[in-house]
Amino acid sequence: MLSITCAGFGGQGVLTAGLLLAHVSMESGKEITWVPSYGSEMRGGTASCRLRIGDEPILNPFFSAIDALIGMNQDSVDTFQGAIAPGGVLIANSSMVRGGAFRDDIRVVEVPATEIAGELKNPRGANLVMLGAVIGATGLVDAEEFADGIDAYFNKKGRNNPLNRECFMRGVQAAANA
Amino acid sequence: MSRQLMKGNDALSEAAVRAGCRFFGGYPITPQSEIPEYLSWRMPEAGGTFIQAESELSGVNMVYGAAAAGFRAMTSSSGPGFSLLQEGISYIASAELPAVFVDVQRYGSGLGDIFQAQGDYWQATRGGGHGDYRMLVYAPASVQESVDLVSVAFDKADQYRNPTLILSDASIAQMMEPVTLPEMREHDPNADWAVRGKHGKPFKRVTSTMYYIEDFDAYIKGKYDEMAEAEQRWESVRVDDADVVLVAYGISSRICREAVEIARGRGVRLGLLRPITLWPFPAKAFAEVNPLVKAYLSVELSALPKMVEDVRLACEMKAPVETFLGGAHIPESSAIVERAVAILNAQR
Repeated sequence: MLSITCAGFGGQGVLTAGLLLAHVSMESGKEITWVPSYGSEMRGGTASCRLRIGDEPILNPFFSAIDALIGMNQDSVDTFQGAIAPGGVLIANSSMVRGGAFRDDIRVVEVPATEIAGELKNPRGANLVMLGAVIGATGLVDAEEFADGIDAYFNKKGRNNPLNRECFMRGVQAAANA
Repeated sequence: MSRQLMKGNDALSEAAVRAGCRFFGGYPITPQSEIPEYLSWRMPEAGGTFIQAESELSGVNMVYGAAAAGFRAMTSSSGPGFSLLQEGISYIASAELPAVFVDVQRYGSGLGDIFQAQGDYWQATRGGGHGDYRMLVYAPASVQESVDLVSVAFDKADQYRNPTLILSDASIAQMMEPVTLPEMREHDPNADWAVRGKHGKPFKRVTSTMYYIEDFDAYIKGKYDEMAEAEQRWESVRVDDADVVLVAYGISSRICREAVEIARGRGVRLGLLRPITLWPFPAKAFAEVNPLVKAYLSVELSALPKMVEDVRLACEMKAPVETFLGGAHIPESSAIVERAVAILNAQR
């Protein structure tokens, strides 16, 4: 079972990134819980969601040790880095996380997600770049299968941008090269 | 039927429609607002009626009316909004009408806060309104169980002609999990007691005054005694050899379920009794517990201990009963295990 936290500014797509992770994992037969941050911190500050993904039914949707953190901005890394389990993964959006000072007992994958999404002319796809990096770094699901899942998710909503898949695959590559 | 990923509130709403609910009247309040939001489009699509009432008071009285006309009707609220429903619930119980209520518990008294809590236990199980009534209270611990129990709640409301309550909380309501939804069911509003217009048929009356019913005390007591005997539901996890038995419902039970796994991995014999009905409290469940159990631990997400009183009565104090409270902070499963170990060590 993996415990994953996605965090960033409200509007960076952290809840959607978590939802995509949950949807595609469910399609590949996994058990999931997805819990949004829910409280006064949602106003203006860091938005987050936490997921547990595993092969067995998830007992407790809450956790204190994070296996993988998707940190979209500096605040979220500052807030959650301390909760990453030793040996866990931090995927940091290096376009916005520039404070340095990463823990040395975790694996840090720095991906300039905002810049990559900008280059691909899909600025709202930074969360998908980060998702690609998570899949690349954890091997949770096959990357092509996951990309198909993203296409299916947005097609179902009737608005798939082919650049979404490209953003995601750039993230996968970035994690592979890290 | 394939699985889909749904939020607790949305899944519960869809399940209500599929259970034949065709009327919802209510007022928004966090963390239950997805229920009226979902039903605002889904109810008309299913041929039912959705009304955003001007207040909870008018919402519950609309439910009273729709129920009197034989329709499956529901409202939902949270915190102060749930308090406002109590007068109407008492009236509906007194008029012996079926209706389903949902309380998505949030933290605190007064305005409190919007995050998860279990502080409404007494209000839910003792009857927040006035007089001699009870509600069957169902406590889902997952999104799937929110779906399954709303269906049960409608059927039992009909069976006993009495309001029933789904006691959820902000985390079960806001989280997403895979769910399998049931098939659509239609409900026939033409019950023999329903007020459907006279049309030359005998006069019918729906009223919350009971002075004209002979021997009302014995009648109403008999009805609630029957519910208390027949409707207890629970799940037990490894209680037959447990040294300490946790008692927890809803979101707390999910944390306790993990605590049992952690404890067993360490050789600590921890078990869990999870009430699925809170009224009637599943006293029968305690017969499954190891007769040599050393302690019970009531785990509740509230500042004041509440369910523990039912635990004490149900176990007849054959072992010490302690409490582990969460309140504003979600307890860690490991802390619950530590507490159980400390209880055992103190008894040595």
